[in-house]
Amino acid sequence: MSAKTLGPVRRKFAPWDDPSSKPLIEIRQVTKNFGSFTAVDDVSLNIYEREFFALLGPSGCGKTTLMRMLAGFEEPSAGQIIIGGQDMAGIPPHKRPVNMMFQSYALFPHMNVEKNIAFGLEMDKLPKGEIAARVQEMLKLVKLEQFAHRKPHQLSGGQRQRVALARAIAKRPKVLLLDEPLGALDKKLREETQFELLDLQMQLGMTFVIVTHDQDEAMTMADRIAVMDKGQFVQISPPAELYEHPQTKYVADFIGDINLLEGRVTKNERGRITLDSDVTGGVIDVHADSSAGAGDKAWFALRPEKAAISLLPPNDPQTNCAHGTVWDIGYVGDISVYHVRLDQGGSMRASIANTSRVVERPITWEDKVYLTWTPDSGVVLTK
Amino acid sequence: MFARGNQRWIVTAIPYAWMLVFFLVPFLIVLKISFSSTEIAQPPYSPTFDLINDVWVDTLEKLQALQFDNYKRLFTDSIYVESYLSSLWIAGTSTLMMLFLAYPIAYGMARAPKSIRPTLVMMVILPFWTSFLIRIYAWISILSEEGLLNSLLVSLGIIDEPMQILSTNTAVYIGILYSYLPFMVLPLYSALEKMDDSLIEAAKDLGCTQFQAFWRVTFPLSIPGVIAGCFLVFIPAVGEFVIPDLLGGSETLMIGKTMWEEFFNNRDWPAASAVAVALLIVLMIPIVIFQSNEARQQEMR
Repeated sequence: MSAKTLGPVRRKFAPWDDPSSKPLIEIRQVTKNFGSFTAVDDVSLNIYEREFFALLGPSGCGKTTLMRMLAGFEEPSAGQIIIGGQDMAGIPPHKRPVNMMFQSYALFPHMNVEKNIAFGLEMDKLPKGEIAARVQEMLKLVKLEQFAHRKPHQLSGGQRQRVALARAIAKRPKVLLLDEPLGALDKKLREETQFELLDLQMQLGMTFVIVTHDQDEAMTMADRIAVMDKGQFVQISPPAELYEHPQTKYVADFIGDINLLEGRVTKNERGRITLDSDVTGGVIDVHADSSAGAGDKAWFALRPEKAAISLLPPNDPQTNCAHGTVWDIGYVGDISVYHVRLDQGGSMRASIANTSRVVERPITWEDKVYLTWTPDSGVVLTK
Repeated sequence: MFARGNQRWIVTAIPYAWMLVFFLVPFLIVLKISFSSTEIAQPPYSPTFDLINDVWVDTLEKLQALQFDNYKRLFTDSIYVESYLSSLWIAGTSTLMMLFLAYPIAYGMARAPKSIRPTLVMMVILPFWTSFLIRIYAWISILSEEGLLNSLLVSLGIIDEPMQILSTNTAVYIGILYSYLPFMVLPLYSALEKMDDSLIEAAKDLGCTQFQAFWRVTFPLSIPGVIAGCFLVFIPAVGEFVIPDLLGGSETLMIGKTMWEEFFNNRDWPAASAVAVALLIVLMIPIVIFQSNEARQQEMR
């Protein structure tokens, strides 16, 4: 990772918290039915200028349909889409101020790279000189100057991805839609490209809306993520909030790895919640906001990296502590994940960063261990 | 390893052997007859040289004695030149008409829901289940003066008197259009069907209307299918004999018909052979273009 130039520093950016900022894209109670199947079910969302927004969810959750409605390939069955203050109802794709980068890239196989990039500009009937200049600029931006005269089938996957990107941004749309833009690349290239896309978005000052099923991709790039399930938004939050404050079990489980410990709320006093849990056989003490009242069933959600693992018992083994046997160890390289079978029958995972270079770990299979955590390391979920 | 190499050689040799036995050898026989002179005998020609008996005897002398008369006649007797030109014209115009007819059909098939596409393809090739000859005879009964078409038009009051359609060039065009349509539709369909829908969407996204997207993306990408279809129709249509013979009249001049008359009516085998060899040479150019088009398509994949 030597002389790699880094893009501009990303500053704090949160127009969605500012009631005076005007959204660039307004999705108002949009529904899309295909026959009897509801792909998108009454969703509303504002996306702001210069935002990098991710629609995240498993396949079939409606994220692609929602994006296709923004592009104009599908019309909403109900509701309204407004882009830049203009209602998009009945406006065909070629008249919308958005461009799309397709999952398959959809490069025109009978045109070379240059012609592909120039396509949209030619359709706009720009002067020849301006088209040539813009194409050169785009080629430089995606570092494909030497490949201008190649046909798509003579390029590698990564190069094709860049051509598709260059073609989509050549018209300088207000909004760029990206449908699984990195899906076809291998892991290493994908990680590099994520940061390149981020830099590019900053540089161009464009609004990006990306559809992905890959949570890492969404977490790395997006300013905000909308997690979708069965045609609806489950949660719309910035990545860190999504990870640290999931609002439902679905989101907690979908983003990263998590332990969900079932219990019953015994007390909820202004952010201090106490649960009785059969899973740990003790009390769970949490500092978090939750609507759960005394007597409610709830789940304590704890990320594996926030649990400590020890051979020695803590001072108070009855609170925020679980006892069990190491059942399996997943060595990932940077971390090791310990799967612990609890005495009460359940199981928990704890992950520990491998900070020292020893092959023999002090805790191994069959060891009796204590898992502990602090009151503010997890959240309480009721659904 | 050795055995495998051997087997591969056999597999490669089979098509070559087939071509040698069923194409090259008969062609050489035709070539030989074309250099002979006519005889009233059985067979009705006297060979200029006999490949079996005296190949190497006085080869030079024999070559000088070759009868080029048959070929000279192709140029001196205007019926041959006219037949060739008329064949090329009829085949060319009907190929073009067929392209305009077949493209919308193929496009419609390729845009149809995936589930019904096999049925549509089936419907296109269904006529092949009936003999070609029978289908052409059926057209006689449709096109004749008391035929289905004329009686329909008369009963509808569109025309007062039955028209002369059978035994005209119009009937030949109808026959060719009908018979060769599947050969145009299928290559077009296969070119259009494998096209990625997202290409059209991308074109629209970049500012094309539906119509512009068709002309800038769909059509250019279907050109290999257009070329394949045109040649698959044009090449056999040039040499077509059955359709001009059964549906055409005395005005219809096509080289296949001329050759048949030369062979069976005039029993002039050498002249008929010369016509056949010349036809092959005429068709060599489109065949080579067709081949190179196919090769280029293979490369793109």
